[in-house]
Amino acid sequence: MSRASFFVPLGIFLSILALGYVGFSLDARNQLPSALLNKPFPEFSATSLLQPDVKITKAELLGRPALVNVWATWCPTCKSEHEQLMRIAAETDVLMVGVDYKDIPERAVQWLEQYGNPYDYVLDDRDGSLGIELGVYGAPETFLLNAAGEVVYKRVGDINVRIWESELLPRFQALEIEMRGQSGPGR
Amino acid sequence: MGSAGRKFYSISVAVFFAGCLSLLMLGNGVASAESQIDIYPFADEAEERRYKSLTEEFRCPKCLNTNLAGSDAPIAKDLRRTVYRLQVDEGYSDQQIRDYLRERYGDFVLYDPPFSTQTWYIWLTPIGLGILALAILGRLLGRARKQAPVALSDDDLGRIATLLEEK
Repeated sequence: MSRASFFVPLGIFLSILALGYVGFSLDARNQLPSALLNKPFPEFSATSLLQPDVKITKAELLGRPALVNVWATWCPTCKSEHEQLMRIAAETDVLMVGVDYKDIPERAVQWLEQYGNPYDYVLDDRDGSLGIELGVYGAPETFLLNAAGEVVYKRVGDINVRIWESELLPRFQALEIEMRGQSGPGR
Repeated sequence: MGSAGRKFYSISVAVFFAGCLSLLMLGNGVASAESQIDIYPFADEAEERRYKSLTEEFRCPKCLNTNLAGSDAPIAKDLRRTVYRLQVDEGYSDQQIRDYLRERYGDFVLYDPPFSTQTWYIWLTPIGLGILALAILGRLLGRARKQAPVALSDDDLGRIATLLEEK
């Protein structure tokens, strides 16, 4: 047996180490892919949080890009992303849809009065059943839909300035350009 | 180090890695025996067993390595309720329930990832490693068999005879 083979175990050990290093640094929970990506947003019918006698369906989400944000008053991260959501609502034309996930409606209404309401529609999902349709496993989670109601991006975790500018804004702008391209010649 | 020393060294290294590997496999085989208790009515024991095995089969999306049955995360509770509803109220088959959860939560909820362009290496790596291990073992055994028996010189035989006589 040659001298070199003494280093084989060391080599194996180092490659296991390297595999572990790469493997564990890959494990970003925020990257868990959504099963809905590039698929149509599921059909739903949900009660409006602010007008309990009004039903909101998927039809309301179509026609322009929409940001569907799953939040709750029990979720501290939702509080920290709220300001950014307010800015997005003020600065863009995106349709803002909030899903009040497994929450107490009175608290949610109070939250929106206190901190401002960035949403065009707020859906009351107090039992979390819409959340299950969306593959939600926590809050906040955010989906970007195109005008046809297909999911083009999903974010698990908060929307902050960095995520908005690097991940969401470019996609949103691409969707707007795509939309103008389709409806442009007709106008 | 003599040739015996080297052989001992390589065998211990092989045994060490084999030991690590079996420990890993054992660890995977031992599923958590605890489970969360929800009170759901079942028509008979077979239904209840089915529910139990289904909730043990799926992975809780919030947790990295806990099944629905064993997790106390709120989403696991909701999904147990969903499994119960699909099984008992809607009369779904096991496969329909699997598909339902997979459509919403992806392959992640199935502990058993399907063979696809994204997962092929997970399936092939153990087979490859197994072949590699067999090849190494074969080489070691072949070399051991090829080693010629050590011939003893007359001197050695004489020494052995004296040592035996001394006793």
